[in-house]
Amino acid sequence: MIRFDNVSKSYPKQNRPALRDVSLDIEKGEFVFLVGSSGSGKSTFLRLILREERASTGLVHVLGKDLARLSNWKVPHMRRQLGTVFQDFRLLPNKTVAENVAFAQEVIGKPRGEIRKAVPQVLDLVGLGGKEDRMPGELSGGEQQRVAIARAFVNRPMLLIADEPTGNLDPQTSVGIMKLLDRINRTGTTVVMATHDQNIVDQMRKRVIELEKGRLVRDQARGVYGYQH
Amino acid sequence: MRAQFVLSEIGVGLRRNLTMTFAVIVSVALSLALFGGALLMSQQVNTMKDFWYDKVNVSIFLCNKNDATTNRSSCGKGAVTDQQKQQIQADLKKMSIVETVHYETAEQAYKLYKEQYGDTAIAATITPDQMQESYRVKLKDPEKYQVVASAFADREGVHQVRDQRDILENLFSLMNAMRVAALVVMALMLVIAMMLIVNTVRVSAFSRRRETGIMRLVGSSSFYIQMPFIMEAAFAGLLGGAVACGFLLLGRYFLIDNGLALADKVQLIEFIGWDAVFTKLPLVLAIGLLMPAIAASLALRKYLKV
Repeated sequence: MIRFDNVSKSYPKQNRPALRDVSLDIEKGEFVFLVGSSGSGKSTFLRLILREERASTGLVHVLGKDLARLSNWKVPHMRRQLGTVFQDFRLLPNKTVAENVAFAQEVIGKPRGEIRKAVPQVLDLVGLGGKEDRMPGELSGGEQQRVAIARAFVNRPMLLIADEPTGNLDPQTSVGIMKLLDRINRTGTTVVMATHDQNIVDQMRKRVIELEKGRLVRDQARGVYGYQH
Repeated sequence: MRAQFVLSEIGVGLRRNLTMTFAVIVSVALSLALFGGALLMSQQVNTMKDFWYDKVNVSIFLCNKNDATTNRSSCGKGAVTDQQKQQIQADLKKMSIVETVHYETAEQAYKLYKEQYGDTAIAATITPDQMQESYRVKLKDPEKYQVVASAFADREGVHQVRDQRDILENLFSLMNAMRVAALVVMALMLVIAMMLIVNTVRVSAFSRRRETGIMRLVGSSSFYIQMPFIMEAAFAGLLGGAVACGFLLLGRYFLIDNGLALADKVQLIEFIGWDAVFTKLPLVLAIGLLMPAIAASLALRKYLKV
């Protein structure tokens, strides 16, 4: 699903590379936590998977494709098989819940009939059945994140990338979101989630990848957040 | 491509930037109206050339008895003699470039003059014996004027050889200058229009950065992401082109047929017809559509990450 071979990434005008010689494999259907302090390279790691950035050296394979050799015009097609969720939800404030979700399908040219079927389904799945016509501003943070997850999942991606999805939510709401991500993972979708939330990582007991100053320092199946914090 | 989705996005974009859109429409309309006007002006010049060059002659003015007092050496011996006239006529007929030769007496010249100037003060001072006899020579190729001029200019009894085209050339060069001026102003307006479009696209890309960001993440093609911006610019440009077409049609209507009604007042000139205007409209519309679209797509490269 995802393979990093000796991947390094440096940004211009920065002495220290953001990622240094990272190698790892993530298999189909896995649920992976990506942990590490701010500036450890988590964001760069995710951006490389999304091909927002290209590796300076080393190879990044996502969904079997070598991203260095993927031409620019094919990138959108690759991204259609990925879903992304962010800490700040990134919903469109002037569209309803259903329209926000439908937007993700409209802009890749899905036929209207398909959209009309898929949107209520995925809203039911995330537990927002009956709130189709609400505006994002009327919803709680947890509900907004559910909309964002519905939008990321409506195209049935192979891989879901979540960048601190619970970062803005209280612990109780976070648990609900994690249950939802777990449910999505059980449908066969690979989930990679960057997080700072110690409780969540410790409870879920999934694979944990820890980055520190750009290096891969821990890759542990059924791991916990860390030992000293 | 879902047409309805794209159209609604364009509508939202245009309304959000209403003032900017209006500025784009006006500047595109003005520049294209000037462009069309310049095209029509050059066509008018060509039409007039065709019309006039058929009718103009090379005139060989012959000396009359008054010319002896002037310091023109070829007229030094007073009025032209019959023998000289016959010789000139014979020589003209021998030249292969000459199509027809028409002899005009001083009396005929006087009548024509009277007709043209009527009862003005100048006309009253002129008498028939002040007028010159002349040969009106029609050439097969009006450009060959110089051949006739050099053959007859210094001949005894010839006062002056004049190409009537000279008078027209002044008019044509004036019209050409107007056309060039219109093109220069058009170029400036077009630059302004393009800069406005670039700015509009920048503002519009900024105000829609949420949407485009999400589109990028869910795998929208760059074509799909850029389309609304380009269509916005193209639509505004097309409106501008349509307004320009309106200007051209109204211009022809009010300058030539009605209003100023030049066609009635200046009957010596053949004016361009409606068909000349109509044939320019598709070009004006096409430029109105394409230039803003190109400007927008160039601006997007800079202001929109895809």
